[in-house]
Amino acid sequence: MLDYLSGLFTPTILVYLLKGFGITMKVAAIAILLSIIIGAILGLVRSYAPKPLKKLAGAYIEWFRNTPNLLWVMVCFIAAPLPSDWARCAMAYVLFTSAMMAEIVRGGLNSIPKGQFEAAHSQGFNMVGTLWYIILPQCFRQIIPTMLSQIITVIKDTSFMAQVAVAELLFRTKNLMSIFYNVAGRQITASDVFLLFGFAMLLYFAVNFTLSCIVRYLQKKNSISGERVAR
Amino acid sequence: MIEQILTPWRWQNLFADWPVLLRAFVVTLEAAVLALLLALLLGIVFGLMSSAHHRLPRAIARVYVEFFQNTPLMIQLFFVFFALPYAGVSLNSFTCGVLCVGIYTGAYISEVVRAGIESIPKGQFEAAHSQGFTYLQTMTLIILPQTVKIILPPLVNQCVNLIKNTSVLAMIAGGDLMYVANNWATNGNASYGPAYLIAGVLYFCLCFPLSTWARRYEEKLKGQDVQRVTADSAGKEATV
Repeated sequence: MLDYLSGLFTPTILVYLLKGFGITMKVAAIAILLSIIIGAILGLVRSYAPKPLKKLAGAYIEWFRNTPNLLWVMVCFIAAPLPSDWARCAMAYVLFTSAMMAEIVRGGLNSIPKGQFEAAHSQGFNMVGTLWYIILPQCFRQIIPTMLSQIITVIKDTSFMAQVAVAELLFRTKNLMSIFYNVAGRQITASDVFLLFGFAMLLYFAVNFTLSCIVRYLQKKNSISGERVAR
Repeated sequence: MIEQILTPWRWQNLFADWPVLLRAFVVTLEAAVLALLLALLLGIVFGLMSSAHHRLPRAIARVYVEFFQNTPLMIQLFFVFFALPYAGVSLNSFTCGVLCVGIYTGAYISEVVRAGIESIPKGQFEAAHSQGFTYLQTMTLIILPQTVKIILPPLVNQCVNLIKNTSVLAMIAGGDLMYVANNWATNGNASYGPAYLIAGVLYFCLCFPLSTWARRYEEKLKGQDVQRVTADSAGKEATV
């Protein structure tokens, strides 16, 4: 069994797959960071900006939120003005995820009582100061669990890049099936295929499961502190 | 891509082929409906299991949810489509897509159902039990009808996600809207712009009414003070 495993997962194959996972995580990290920032701005604009801006942000959010992420990967892969394949794909994730994040931020902002604005205003805070020091910290504390769930979705959705032949983890796993003879020097068998897919699933699962455990922990903590406030 | 969208003859080409796109749109609808039925069935069964008393059904539901929520839909799909044939199980791409999307969304719906059941005060279960209701009667007559109101918005949001996720059929040549739009653009005269725009608009027409309704309904629920806490906890699952 061990012999078989070490025969299958040779250093060449392991490095090949892990490099793919590196691309997966790189794109995911960039997409997550940028879309949280853009999403927060869009969410704020949609909630508090003057009407024309509000409508514009709303249109952006609804348009991207209600169309498949895969479509944007294909569109950006062809049309985005960026030099490398993976960067163009990352842009697709930023477009799509920032709309999702904006909705999440808006949900958090909705739960903050209007009186807080008036209170801050009466204490001499201007609008930016109110948002930065008073509104956003409360908002983010509430929405972090939901945001993390969205982050998990982004990590999973990076596998759409396999469609446009960016060599991320899923693409490489599938590609190994066709180049296996050249890499390992023998025909691929059913158990090889299952183990290769299992390995890729395990990598995704390890990252996402850790994140979802954090989500559950935070949700529990939030709901407990929420109950205390209610009492 | 923008010049392409502004070029009339590309649109003429596209509309000359409209039956192809319409057929693809119908395939997407079929896939969405079938997958939704499967997802609802799985979601309710596993949702009930994860709020059960005994440890075993809870553990099984947990494994199901964690596995399908934490691995990409795409890899599940590729596994079924490319790897299972090695074990002698070959499904056509449409069946494959419906199965995978259905099972994947089922995991999310089961979490929604669980949150709904947990939002019902425990006293109700005890009260029902004391009045001689069986487990099935308690669930179907007392608990589930009350949860409908709370779980409807997150459920509809999951339905929107499901519709968007049917686009993964494109990756295994499933003949759905995304696949045909992409294929048409690649094989024809490279008219990516119009093809993708039409695909986007069609998906939007399906998803936008649903997600807007869900948002409005949720806001209405939050407005009602009594429901406030419960709607909130179910709403958190909604955007997952």
